[in-house]
Amino acid sequence: MSLLDEVDRKAMALGIPLNAQLDITWRCNERCVHCYLDHEGAGEMTTAEIKDAIRQMHESGTFFLSVSGGEPLLRRDCFEILEYARSLRMSVKLKTNATMIGPKEAARIRELGIGEVQISLYSHEDEVHDTITKLPGSLRRTIEGIRNLTANDVKVSISNVLMTHNAGHGLAVKQLADELGVIFHIDPTITPKLDGDRSILSLNISENQLEQAYHTEEFVGNVGEFCAPASSADTDYLDNYSCSAGHTYVYISPTGEVWPCVQFPMKCGSLREQKFGEIWRNSPAFTELRSVHLRDMPTCSQCNHASYCSRCPGLAYVEGDLRGPSSKDCRDSFVRTGIPVSIQTGTTSRVAQGAYGLVQIAAATGAGA
Amino acid sequence: MTVETTYIAQSTAAASSTLGDDTIIMSTKDSTVFMLNSVGTAIWKSADGATPLARIVADKICAEFDVSSEQAMTDAKEFVEKLAQHGILLVSTEPLPPNPQN
Repeated sequence: MSLLDEVDRKAMALGIPLNAQLDITWRCNERCVHCYLDHEGAGEMTTAEIKDAIRQMHESGTFFLSVSGGEPLLRRDCFEILEYARSLRMSVKLKTNATMIGPKEAARIRELGIGEVQISLYSHEDEVHDTITKLPGSLRRTIEGIRNLTANDVKVSISNVLMTHNAGHGLAVKQLADELGVIFHIDPTITPKLDGDRSILSLNISENQLEQAYHTEEFVGNVGEFCAPASSADTDYLDNYSCSAGHTYVYISPTGEVWPCVQFPMKCGSLREQKFGEIWRNSPAFTELRSVHLRDMPTCSQCNHASYCSRCPGLAYVEGDLRGPSSKDCRDSFVRTGIPVSIQTGTTSRVAQGAYGLVQIAAATGAGA
Repeated sequence: MTVETTYIAQSTAAASSTLGDDTIIMSTKDSTVFMLNSVGTAIWKSADGATPLARIVADKICAEFDVSSEQAMTDAKEFVEKLAQHGILLVSTEPLPPNPQN
């Protein structure tokens, strides 16, 4: 077990929201085609409200804080917010498109001790990147921002979201990341918009393209390890939670809503109505979420991928059932391992067919497939 | 570095938080994470720049934990050097001002 795993395990045992993402605005100077946000700015928390939110999270044990958006630098008080979080000795990460990071901003980010700046970069080609962001010149500005940060020895990571527009560009973006001296990650996840609009899911790359990505060493490291199903010898896995959202991870929206995760828009409370600690400890929504183990999921508990699938409860919730599958993760697990999804129903094991290798399994009587 | 003539202070470049009885610390310079047990936490909390390390060891370690003075001094020196390498602790032969910068 790594030290961070040990830290997370201890936080889980203590019920501490060790990790948090705070979106200080949903406004953005880009309009990325795959973005799940509506970019409305109405009702944003004031500077004082945000600082109070951070203070309350700190008092509840939050240590790793990601400040994000939209584009956080659109808020004039962004650096004041970052400085406040750092004054509480929190480990702070900034998520930004870097188009507004000039030399002065980069120097300030270094002075404040921001641990990492995560930047989305979609292609090495201006036309493709700018088509995705819908902001002409954005690739050049993002690269300039990255160079300003690296010139100040700030740790930078690039997140390359894979979609139909930039399919096949990943290796070139990795090369660009290497030239810039920054860390590179792929992100194969396109999620529905927060308002429920699922049309952007059509931007997802094909199963063949995803399989290719998962078998590319430059993207995943050791392919054999990455694509291997974990051992299911651990018979306790049914007692596990599928992820840390709502257990050691929490999300705060620009208007002060508290959710388990940015990808899990289940309102657990509002900081404009209650204290963070009260919401975290006693919210009925959090209480329900924390009661759901893998064994409580009728379909997933019977799936042959159960012990190693990285099921996102947020995506399952958005699909309509907190205890149901996340079809995106069903696909990912199938594509990653090459093992067809099989669900035990009654006495019959059915190999699922259809989109992403899975169909919703209707109530079965145990008759043949 | 000798324990007797050493002053230590928490660097503002470090991030830290309590986690139960332990302390989690992260270097913002190289992202290294440490989890300090109760002994390490005692040294960390006492690193005010004004108290000599020898006094910290005597008052906070030897007095509170079942460890010999000699062993405590050796362990403290190793602990301080390790954290200093990652920019988490500042080390000086003179008292350090409050909130010193790297």
